[in-house]
Amino acid sequence: MMNDINYVVEMRNITKRFPGIIANDHISFKVRKGEIHALLGENGAGKSTLMNVLFGLYQPEEGQILINEKEVKITDPNVANDLGIGMVHQHFMLVENFTVTENIILGSEPKKGLKINYQEARKTVTALSEKYGLKVNPDAKIEDISVGMQQRVEILKTLYRGADILIFDEPTAVLTPQEILELADIMNNLVNEEKSIILITHKLKEIMEIANSVTIIRRGRVIDSLLVQDTNPDELASKMVGREVTFGVEKKEASPGNNILEVANIFVKDYRGVQLLNGISLEVKEGEILGIAGVDGNGQSELIDVITGLRNADGGKVLLKGNDITNHTPRYITEAGVSHIPEDRHKRGLILDFTVGENMVMETYFYPDYQTNHLLDYQKINQHAEKLIEEFDVRTPSVNTLARALSGGNQQKAIIAREVDKDPDLLIAAQPTRGLDVGAIEFIHRRLVEQRDKGKAVLLISLEVDEILSLSDRIAVIYEGQIVGIVNPKETTEQELGLMMAGAAKQEGAIHHE
Amino acid sequence: MNKLVKLFTKESSLIPLMAILLGLLFGALVMIMGGYNPIIAYASLFKKVFGDLYNFGETIRQITPLIFTGLSVAFAFRTGLFNIGAEGQFVMGSLGAVIIGTQLSLPWYIHAPLAILVGALFGGIWGGIAGYLKAKRGVHEVITTIMLNWISLYFSNYIIANYLREPGQQHSEMIKPTASISLLNWLSEAFGYNARLHWGTIIALIAAFIFFIILWKTKQGYELRAVGFNPHASEYAGMNVNRNIINAMFIGGVFAGLGGAVEILGVFNYQTIAAGFPGYGFDGIAVALIGANTPVGVILASILFGSLTYGAPGMKFGAGVPIEVIRVVIASVIFFVAASGIVTYILSLFKRKKKEVL
Ligand SMILES: Nc1ncnc2c1ncn2[C@@H]1O[C@H](COP(=O)(O)OP(=O)(O)O)[C@@H](O)[C@H]1O
Ligand SMILES: [Mg+2]
Repeated sequence: MMNDINYVVEMRNITKRFPGIIANDHISFKVRKGEIHALLGENGAGKSTLMNVLFGLYQPEEGQILINEKEVKITDPNVANDLGIGMVHQHFMLVENFTVTENIILGSEPKKGLKINYQEARKTVTALSEKYGLKVNPDAKIEDISVGMQQRVEILKTLYRGADILIFDEPTAVLTPQEILELADIMNNLVNEEKSIILITHKLKEIMEIANSVTIIRRGRVIDSLLVQDTNPDELASKMVGREVTFGVEKKEASPGNNILEVANIFVKDYRGVQLLNGISLEVKEGEILGIAGVDGNGQSELIDVITGLRNADGGKVLLKGNDITNHTPRYITEAGVSHIPEDRHKRGLILDFTVGENMVMETYFYPDYQTNHLLDYQKINQHAEKLIEEFDVRTPSVNTLARALSGGNQQKAIIAREVDKDPDLLIAAQPTRGLDVGAIEFIHRRLVEQRDKGKAVLLISLEVDEILSLSDRIAVIYEGQIVGIVNPKETTEQELGLMMAGAAKQEGAIHHE
Repeated sequence: MNKLVKLFTKESSLIPLMAILLGLLFGALVMIMGGYNPIIAYASLFKKVFGDLYNFGETIRQITPLIFTGLSVAFAFRTGLFNIGAEGQFVMGSLGAVIIGTQLSLPWYIHAPLAILVGALFGGIWGGIAGYLKAKRGVHEVITTIMLNWISLYFSNYIIANYLREPGQQHSEMIKPTASISLLNWLSEAFGYNARLHWGTIIALIAAFIFFIILWKTKQGYELRAVGFNPHASEYAGMNVNRNIINAMFIGGVFAGLGGAVEILGVFNYQTIAAGFPGYGFDGIAVALIGANTPVGVILASILFGSLTYGAPGMKFGAGVPIEVIRVVIASVIFFVAASGIVTYILSLFKRKKKEVL
């Protein structure tokens, strides 16, 4: 397969500037035919920008691009299409109420007379999906299918247009562990069919498992280009971040105290009457991190919503330090001592069009500390924000910058700063590191452990089994709206957890290792 | 105040300005096609508005209600709501003022303020109803405010016709002199000046300032803007999203209601049994849009809008341009502002050109 070592993509000295920043600073990089080439870098390193240049979405100020060893000018995505380049974007670009087939053929429909030949299109789609193992239902509407399947639709879209070079921009960020494995298989199928793949990621594990070579970018520059077989995660991490990174979280033994949070027998139905929480019970003690492991969609979001007052329970009780907070308002519950790092930082966690300063007082703007003569005092608000920015190393040009302009990692740091600063009794962290790079993950993990060591109760919800295993003092496994087992992270394995998460424990009766 | 200036001087101000220019150019084109001379037309428009003190004063009178309705629409916009009901809130404000102005006898320092206040309250309640229906029943505010507009028109006609009517006339009784906020008598006695100026213009400017204070300096304003940008995050942060929707519509209604009240108390002294809407509420939508929903922007857009409207007859007499064509000019200004995407695109063409030249 790799007998003729010709390069399908070669980018030479690409420079792309944005106002105030050089996103790509003389980047050169080559992709061999039939390989999976990873582009590794922290958030904001310039990976997406480089790929948008390759896909014709941006025009570089300097540099050349060679496709199949011929120089080309990629002035827009149509040119990229014609050159056989396809891109699966970080945010999918699908029409929600069209079927899978309609989405795939959109823009290059097979015609029968004036009408679209849907049957032929469907056949082509089915053939493609079988050839590459991309399981999709060609007649399902996009809004009804899982994120994993939507991604497969995006891949099929590029293949349908005859792409030989596929760019994946952080494809695993939105996937469950199971879907990630499936995606790896798909990528292998693709390279077996002589396709070449560029995989953007900041997850080292994926690179080690899937990629053949890797190019590391930091602050818009190429740091190194390596064969994966010649490197290891530690080397990659330090090249990416520019310093040594410690994996695994260092933490002392927990010394749990009294119950802070007690959730007893909570039931929640959705509007159709489907049971989302099915008599769930758990407790979190002061000085411990309770991790909730589970496959997405087993009631994690609903559980958090009930505890934080964003959704009413149909039955059961939530107690905070012995006081009933069931179905109280979010304001009452935050004031009672609950902080919440929400799973969707753009939907819930931040008001993107507010400044960083304004975001830092989202739950406390009405405190007398921020008023003078009953009017908001922006000087005080901004002073508070400056203190937090300093303390939590939030990188922002100023407190007056809109939250929208911050990178994902810094947005998350801002939320964590705000929530931790309220000095809560209970800190709920839902997917606190989703989409972040190692540097930021390390920081956030340390902060969570620090809260625990201060005697706070921490409730961690994560879809990443690694994260649950390394942070938690106890792990509760959630399955179909119930806790199906509580395990000690030191006495369990990823496999055992995986089985429990898939519902295996339910048949055997709950496992209790305490 | 600094922030306020910034809000209007940033990129956002360039686009409306360009849009206005394009609108005027397009209007000129239409006039040329119709065989009229746009230069004479615009010159006579200018002369009508700024030519003499009387007309200048009358232009200010024309501008004043637009500031109120513009603020009303802009305020709701800031909370993510589309208030098409400024028209009805304006009419209700007039009704409130005319009831107090005609039915009570009070010393002037109580009478006029009370009439204004009740007018504001009527407008506020009218807006608040739409807010309530949205918050509690999920009915879209565009639908309810349109329906409330019609209800306000016929409701106020009914009240005037049956309870307040000047015998033999198609309008209400005159308000008592103690309720008047007009400056006309005083000005004509002192200077022989006859334009219908009134205190309402000052109240409009104060209202614009209060608009700014509420939105950017109070807890309530923080909540309103938060809900406008992101109701999910606001809910997470413990704000009562529904209550904020009602408050936003109430406050928006107060601005429009004030406009209706001062128009009665300062200009007409009675309310007519009207066949149709005065139109200030609808123009307020355009004013808010052109003014980018900022208080200074709304004032500037009202000046533009009021001048065009008041100056239109000047174009008719000066250059023979029929009123329909003048409407086209005004409409194309609105069109280019509303379709600011087009303007942004044209601006970007210019920018690209510049780069290529460099
Ligand atoms: N359209 C844009 N306008 C201005 N700045 C941008 C734009 N796109 C990206 N940037 C900036 O360029 C840098 C690189 O961004 P990006 O390529 O998205 O990083 P990555 O994909 O590696 O996370 C960041 O600092 C980002 O803020
Ligand atoms: Mg990116």
